[in-house]
Amino acid sequence: MAFTAFSSSTAAAEPVVRRKSRVALFLLLPGIFYLILFFVTPLISLIITSLQAPDPLIFGQFVNAFNWQNYAIVIETYGEQAVRSAGYAALATFFALLIGFPLAYFIGITLRPYPLLQSLALVLVIAPFFISFLLRTLAWKQIFSTEGPVSGILSSIGILGPGESITGTTFSVVFGLTYNFIPFMTLPIYATLVSLDLRLLEAGNDLYGSPATTFRTVTLPLSAAGVMSGTLLTFIPAAGDYINASREFLGSADTTMIGNVIETNFLVLQNFPAAAALSLLLMGFILVLVAVYVKRSGTEELL
Amino acid sequence: MRGFGKYAIWVYSAMAFVFLLIPIAYTIAFSFNDSRRTNIIWTGFTFENWFTVCEAQTVCQAFGNSVIIGVVATLLATTLGTMIAIALVRYRFRFRNATTLLIFLPMTTPEVVLGAGLAAQFLQAGVPKGMGTIILAHTLFCLSFVVVTVRARVASLDPALEEAGRDLYGSPTQVFWRITFPMLLPGIVAAALLSFALSFDDFIITNFNRGADVTFPSYVYTAAARGIPAEANVIASAVFFLAIALVLIAQLTAAARRRQLAKAG
Repeated sequence: MAFTAFSSSTAAAEPVVRRKSRVALFLLLPGIFYLILFFVTPLISLIITSLQAPDPLIFGQFVNAFNWQNYAIVIETYGEQAVRSAGYAALATFFALLIGFPLAYFIGITLRPYPLLQSLALVLVIAPFFISFLLRTLAWKQIFSTEGPVSGILSSIGILGPGESITGTTFSVVFGLTYNFIPFMTLPIYATLVSLDLRLLEAGNDLYGSPATTFRTVTLPLSAAGVMSGTLLTFIPAAGDYINASREFLGSADTTMIGNVIETNFLVLQNFPAAAALSLLLMGFILVLVAVYVKRSGTEELL
Repeated sequence: MRGFGKYAIWVYSAMAFVFLLIPIAYTIAFSFNDSRRTNIIWTGFTFENWFTVCEAQTVCQAFGNSVIIGVVATLLATTLGTMIAIALVRYRFRFRNATTLLIFLPMTTPEVVLGAGLAAQFLQAGVPKGMGTIILAHTLFCLSFVVVTVRARVASLDPALEEAGRDLYGSPTQVFWRITFPMLLPGIVAAALLSFALSFDDFIITNFNRGADVTFPSYVYTAAARGIPAEANVIASAVFFLAIALVLIAQLTAAARRRQLAKAG
């Protein structure tokens, strides 16, 4: 049996190294095989699909080809939606940080003397995960709807003109995205702040640093890793999201994002090459962004 | 100025919590709305929706599908992911960095891309879409999260304990099942709960790979156009209460244990 290769001699200095590789192989192979079969080959399928050309014989079918123009066509056709997606995702990330950072600071540092309150506050942050995110988004839609309370107030004080509505606008979509991703922003920042040594803040204070200086020179650099993973965990899903921007939820035809375009092309129009080309462009964009981001902030411990 | 700053963060955070909870409260409240057709305007309080959840059969069926998919995908992802996590921490092997990258990449890939990729593959391979393809897709995106969660737990495990087991002539299998596995269990349970939650609430990847089968989120999405029945709110609220109860119990026991440790130490 492969487990007999376990030896205790390597334990102290390098606790874990170089046991018989057959065990490692046995542990790794099934999962790696799964990832290759359902992550790597689908990407290859996407590449093949993105280069397909319309079948000259059967309408609506596609044949394998080397049709590079697909990329040029989708960039030209959906450039606007792509730029909008990046913009919406950036805005939502910014607002989520604006709400999430103080919240994480509050739970991780302000509430540290009260462990029970701290646990409860943490539960409140993850609570949205436990209720269907589609229903939560619909709840905002109904709160913002023309018959809802917010619209009534806004039109009575004249901010909202007659015939105008809150839903279906840039505001409502960015609002929905921000709301959805606040926990994703808050939790990683909380994770770095909760282990921050409070004596460092005291030291900053003792050295006559103003609270602002201490925050800027101590707290912020020490929570940078959390801010980084928080922004990635918010930006990536926000850029590809199509629930908030869809017409049945908080969006309209004017707020279409790249996710909506991919969904429509794939599932409704069945224009698979266009959907595949757009998916790969989106993935490429995100990967470049992640690589630059990880490199610049010098943290590679995302996993 | 100082006092004001301290006070401000309490107020700001309280507002943020209220903001986070508004749609949850709304969803729960409307599970008690006395509405027959569309559940948009408040028409009165009733418990009836809670007793007649399954009368609108499609909601319950969708919920059942979601539970089955969640359980199977969680079992698969947790098993495969735990094995990878142990290997990553405990062994050095060739292609280790490539493996780490392969696990990291699905998490940085937008869901819409994962969904479209799998759908394109199933299309090319001629695999009919349905419950099976949803389970395969969910297992994929849960897998990476399981690896990350369990990996942290494996890394924090003291190898001396397993060594003690071996020194006492425990066979490798005994050492694994009596020492390693029980110590990893909290991490494995956390990973399993996370992957069930991810699977249960997933809409985007599901929508690309579901064919004609309906999950709870895809039911809600389709129904959104004509108005969600209150039964959907009932199911979502019930799941919410159950999850919150589980988390509260876990958090409170952990807090109590910390207090005990602090006292003892």
